[in-house]
This record gives sequence, structure tokens and C-alpha cells, in this order.
Amino acid sequence: MSKHTLSVLVENKPGVLARIAALFSRRGFNIDSLAVGPTEHSDISRMTIVVNVEDLPLEQVTKQLNKLVNVIKIVELDPVAAVRRELVLVKVRADSETRSQITEIVQLFRAKTVDVSPDAVTIEATGGSDKLEAMLKMLEPYGIKELVQSGLVAVGRGARSITDRSLRALDRSA
Amino acid sequence: MTEQAAAAPQRGETPVSEPMTGAQSLIRSLEAVGAETVFGIPGGTILPAYDPLMDSTKVRHILVRHEQGAGHAATGYAQATGKVGVCMATSGPGATNLVTPIADAYMDSVPIVAITGQVASAVIGTDAFQEADICGITMPIIKHNYLVTDPAEIPRVVAEAFHIASTGRPGPVLVDIAKDALQAQTVFRWPVEMQLPGYRPVTKPHAKQIREAARLLTSAKRPVLYIGGGVIKAGATAELRILAELTGAPVVTTLMALGSFPDTHDQHLGMPGMHGSVAAVTALQKADLLFAVGTRFDDRVTGRLDTFAPNAKIVHADIDPAEIGKNRTADVPIVGDAREILADLIQAVQAEIAAGAVPQYGEWWEQLNGWRKTYPLGYDAAPDGLLSPQQVIERIGQLVGTDAIYVAGVGQHQMWASQFLTFDKPSTWLNSGGAGTMGYAVPAAMGAKAGRPETEVWAVDGDGCFQMTNQELVTCALNNLPIKVAVINNGSLGMVRQWQTLFYGQRYSNTVLHDGPANDGRGPSAGTRIPDFVKLAEAMGCYGLRCERPEDLDATIQQAMAIKDGPVVIDFIVHQDAMVWPMVAAGTSNDEILAARDVRPDFGDEND
Repeated sequence: MSKHTLSVLVENKPGVLARIAALFSRRGFNIDSLAVGPTEHSDISRMTIVVNVEDLPLEQVTKQLNKLVNVIKIVELDPVAAVRRELVLVKVRADSETRSQITEIVQLFRAKTVDVSPDAVTIEATGGSDKLEAMLKMLEPYGIKELVQSGLVAVGRGARSITDRSLRALDRSA
Repeated sequence: MTEQAAAAPQRGETPVSEPMTGAQSLIRSLEAVGAETVFGIPGGTILPAYDPLMDSTKVRHILVRHEQGAGHAATGYAQATGKVGVCMATSGPGATNLVTPIADAYMDSVPIVAITGQVASAVIGTDAFQEADICGITMPIIKHNYLVTDPAEIPRVVAEAFHIASTGRPGPVLVDIAKDALQAQTVFRWPVEMQLPGYRPVTKPHAKQIREAARLLTSAKRPVLYIGGGVIKAGATAELRILAELTGAPVVTTLMALGSFPDTHDQHLGMPGMHGSVAAVTALQKADLLFAVGTRFDDRVTGRLDTFAPNAKIVHADIDPAEIGKNRTADVPIVGDAREILADLIQAVQAEIAAGAVPQYGEWWEQLNGWRKTYPLGYDAAPDGLLSPQQVIERIGQLVGTDAIYVAGVGQHQMWASQFLTFDKPSTWLNSGGAGTMGYAVPAAMGAKAGRPETEVWAVDGDGCFQMTNQELVTCALNNLPIKVAVINNGSLGMVRQWQTLFYGQRYSNTVLHDGPANDGRGPSAGTRIPDFVKLAEAMGCYGLRCERPEDLDATIQQAMAIKDGPVVIDFIVHQDAMVWPMVAAGTSNDEILAARDVRPDFGDEND
């Protein structure tokens, strides 16, 4: 199994996420992470889906996704030619003794302290999953009280945009 | 693939813009896309649509007795006519009763549009009376669906639904309309502009792939044209015949493709698959090239996949790119419409032949003819005095002829019908292939008859299937749809019983439908005869006939054929122990095909 990052442009309509989720579940594909949000075009949403499959099932995933009427375009992003980011918010136990040590870790990972209370700090960090994992490992000994993590989002490097042509298609049909 | 629902603005069409209710707009939209027949049942939320429907002179509504009947009727109508079938139901249970026919149409790629009422938009999500999230429920079994809450969207959505259902790989589309959208005032505008930026079916095949396919076909030594239902849906049967005769290659037609290539044609080897002919199954196994068109390497055809056609290269042509490589990797994938593909192939093969690459299949045909001769389709005679089901079906085919439409349920009778009826023309064989929906036959036959009233329509049904949906015979009787229903009555769920015979030590758990004392003196077959299908037929306004003895067979069929003024049910009492052969047991290799019980064909394999 290997991880693949798919950028999926979909029509911004109710129920599209359900269609995609239903497809993955029906065909027995595993989703590692999924992130949805608006794009520069109000009629289009972009999903970043990380799937954990062999190459052949991956082809099935993309072909089946393409059959959904509301799916406009699918691009697999090559990890080396794309910027990939996740966001993590983590609440760590911290008292007057440990707070400075934790602050040091936060700086090392270029993360941010976004909330402080007498016995905890909340840290915001973005980055690739390796970096976030490393940071969390460092924080673990202090006691992680709560952790929330976003799905991965990714964009290809360079000037090319995967939305350009799709937008033209959308304009034509509108 | 069918040409309908031309909703894009057409030259000469006068644009319409009229104020009316959403319900009126729905009926006007159905008229505009050319829907002639709608099968359905009204109810609370769809009620507003039924009012203007009453006044439509273009759309005929056939009031069915169960929504499942409406769905299968739409499917039968679509399969018989090539047009989009339409069914209509109310929200909640009305809509959920359409789920089985929608799943059935999805598996067999049949273009139908289902229109359902939904509770008013303000109460969607509140568990209102007769509320069901039918869009959510049907999501995994449908090509596309819509929930409409804005009446202004109705014309566009109806146009898109018909377009999506009938183009590309056809399939079911559901339009769920909230009651308040049907009641509200809106403006009906036609033509409409479709908004489908993500829907772009590819119909034109790639020229390079076509050339490569033609080269493989002419240079192969043991090719088989493996033909699926897509060829019928694309209207490509004429092209198929030209290609087959041009190359001289053998043809096998799947369960969904019967009639796409004449059974009587010398190059036709029969049907492949679990109950296919020995020649067809073996041809695929021994082939060096499978030339697959409009077919999807279904498990019922391939048997155990890793032993299927082990030495064959694969050319796989299909309208749906996701089918190519799904079950078997294709050496030459071709995405496109079967008709365009075959038309282009004919030219490419002609070019190959002109360049000197003349197909040489002589040795292959010697082998094929050997298998065909040694292992023809056949059946054991019934015990003395009893009717054999195969004989009943065979005689129906011989007496009724190849112009009629035959519709089967699911089970033994379906397989025997596929084996012992003769199909020479496309769209004369309707059945539930992928989903295997028992109860399909009667309502689908009704739909076929509604779509092609001039054609004789014969349902060949099992007594198990028949008891699932026979209420639609009332609809047939009341709507002048004089279909014939041959009930192949063996008193049991025959196919399941056959598996119990073969794989469960003859323990017949819950497969006996009408039990009773053996040989109780009331006739050659045992059983209580509950229900009495003759009386049942008569109660539903149909003619009821019964045939129990071989000597009465022809006369009974002829009697049924002579009746023109109403539906006819014929209760053929057949013997219980007949089995479907040949058979490839589920999960085993096609190489393990049994021509009859304990009879494995001898292919002269050196390694066996």
C-alpha cells in the first residue's frame, strides 16, 4: 500500500461530500484524510483526499470518482512536486516549571502558542505530517490533554493551476 | 447512447416562457423531453404533479399496483424501446419501493428516470410523515440524483436527468422534488441550458487504439469476440455482424447481449459464463485474444478470475473507462461508444486485410466445432408423463418465434430461457442480469408491451418470481397490455434447490414453495397448488391456462397465442428435479465446467 494525494475539484453543491464518502465506502477504498474547502471560484470546491492503496486500485478510485456527475476534475499530486500541509492544535499540560521548555519546542518547530492558562498551553502548528509527528513526540512527555488535526491540503508547485481549464468548462456550461 | 432528451436549444424550437406551478412545469418538462409513458402511483407529496398530469395529452400515465412494478416497467420499456423509461412515486415508502428497480437498472445500465415527491422543504430532516432521504438511500445504486426545492430548477433538472440517463453508460437517475416546489408558482422556460461541467462521456474511440486492436484481431490465431449488452444499447448490432463476418472470428454473447448477434449464425458459439455453452466457455479459456466490447468481465462470466482466459491478450472496449481494467487488465483499452468503436474497427480491419494480414482461424474453428459438436446444449427428458421445463421453454420459442420479446425472471427458468429460446434480433430478450432481481419479469414485460404494443411479449417466469410481483397483471388487464406469462411451475425455488442438491447434501431448507403429500392422486405432480395460478390469473382479469402433460404442450401454447384481448397466464406444471447445465460452480475456474452432472468435458489437455 502507498499513500496518494488526490486533488478533486467538485461542484459546490449540497450532498457532494456525501456522494464521495458513499463511493469510497461502497467500493471499499480507504481514506486516510480528507479536507474540503472553497476555491477561488465560488461554484467550485476543492477536496484533498489522501488514499492508501496500490496503484491499480488507485486507478479505480480516480475512474470511479470521475464518474460522479458533480466531480469536475481529479489530479494526483506528486509529493515532491507539491506543497503539502496539515494543521494541528494541541493542548499540552504545562505549569511554571515546564512552560519554558514547551515554549522552546514550539519555537524549534516554528509553531505558535495560541492560548495559555496556569496549567496548560495550546499550540498551533502547520507542516508536513513528519514535522508534526516529530513535534507531537517531543510534547508527549509533558502530557497531551487534547489534540485536533486537519486533513491534509496540498497544492502543486510552480505557476500552473489545476483549476484554470475547469473554470473555463464551468463558464461555458453556466 | 439513445438519442433523446435533446434539451440543448435546437434550431427551430420556439423558446417558451410561461408562468405556472412547479407541478405544471414538471409535466411540461416531461412532455418537452419526449416522455410518452409514465408508470407510477400517486401519494401525498407527488399529488400536485398528478393534477396537471391528468390533462396532458402527450404523457400517458399507467397506474401500477406497487412502485416496484413501476420501476421494473420503466426498465422493460427502456430495454424494449431504447428510450428512457419513466416511473413516478410519492415520498417515503413510495420512493423506497423504487429502490430495487433502481439498483436493478443500475447494474444492467438501463436508462430510467424516477420522479419522486419529497416532503415540503421546510420539514425535510424532521422525520416528517412519509419522509425518507431517497437521494441518500439511492446514492450507491444510481447514476445520479437530484433533490429539487426550487421550482425554477425543474425544467433544467428534468432535461439533465434524461440526458444523463440516456448518454454515456446509461443508467437510472432520480429526481426528488419537494412538495412545496411542486405547488409554488414559477416560470417554465424551455429550452434550458444544462449545467453539467463534470459530465463528459467519451464516445469517439482513440484511432491509435483502434489500429492496434485491428492488428491484434487479424494476427490472432484463436480470437473470440466477447460481446456484452453495451452493443445492444449502442445500437451496434449491424456493425458487430459486419466485423464478425469480415474476420470470421467466433462470437460469444453474454446474458445481457443475447440477440445482439443471431443465435442461428454459424459463428455464434452461445453464451459464456456460469451456465454458458461448453463451446463458449471453453473458447474464452483457450483463446489467445479476447475482443471484449460493451461488457464488464462479470464474475458470472469469468468464474475464478485468476484462471480466466489465462493465455489471452485483452482488447477491452467500453463506454465506461472504470470498467476497463477493473477485473482484468486490458492490453488494448478502448473508451468509446460501441457503435463508433465497431464502425472504426471495420475500417481498420479492412485496411489490415488489404495490407495482407488476412485472419487465419482455420485450426481454431476445427477445435471450436469439435466442442460444439461434442457438447451441444441439451437436457434430460422428464420422467414419464411429466413436463420438462426446458421443453416447455423451447417449444414456446419455436411456436412464438424470434420476433417476440421474451422477458425472464431470475433463476433456473431464466437460464433455460437464455439457452433454449432463439434470439436473432436485438432487444428481444429482457432480463435482470447484474442484480438478479426475482420478480422482474411480469412488470418488465408490462413495460415492454406498453412501449411496443404491436410486438408479442412473453414473460417466462418461475413460480417463485411470479409470486413476488404478479399484482401487475391487474395493471396489464386494466390498461390493455395483453402480455403472456408462462409460469414454469416446479413448486420450488429451483435454482436454490439446485445448489442444495449439489452443494448442501440435498437438504432442501425452505425452497419448497407449495408443499403437500406426494402423489396425492390429483395429478402427476405433488403439492397443494397454493396458490392456484389459474384462479389467481382469473381473479386479476387475465386468462388462466394450465398444462401438466407433454401431449398438451403445443395446444396450450397455441391456445395462449390465439388470445388477443387480455393477458394470459399459463401454469406449466414441470418436474421438480430438472437442473441447469452446463455449470461452472461459483468461485471455481471456468476450466472446471461440467457439461452435465459429473460430466467434465474432455478438452484433450495434456496437463490434466
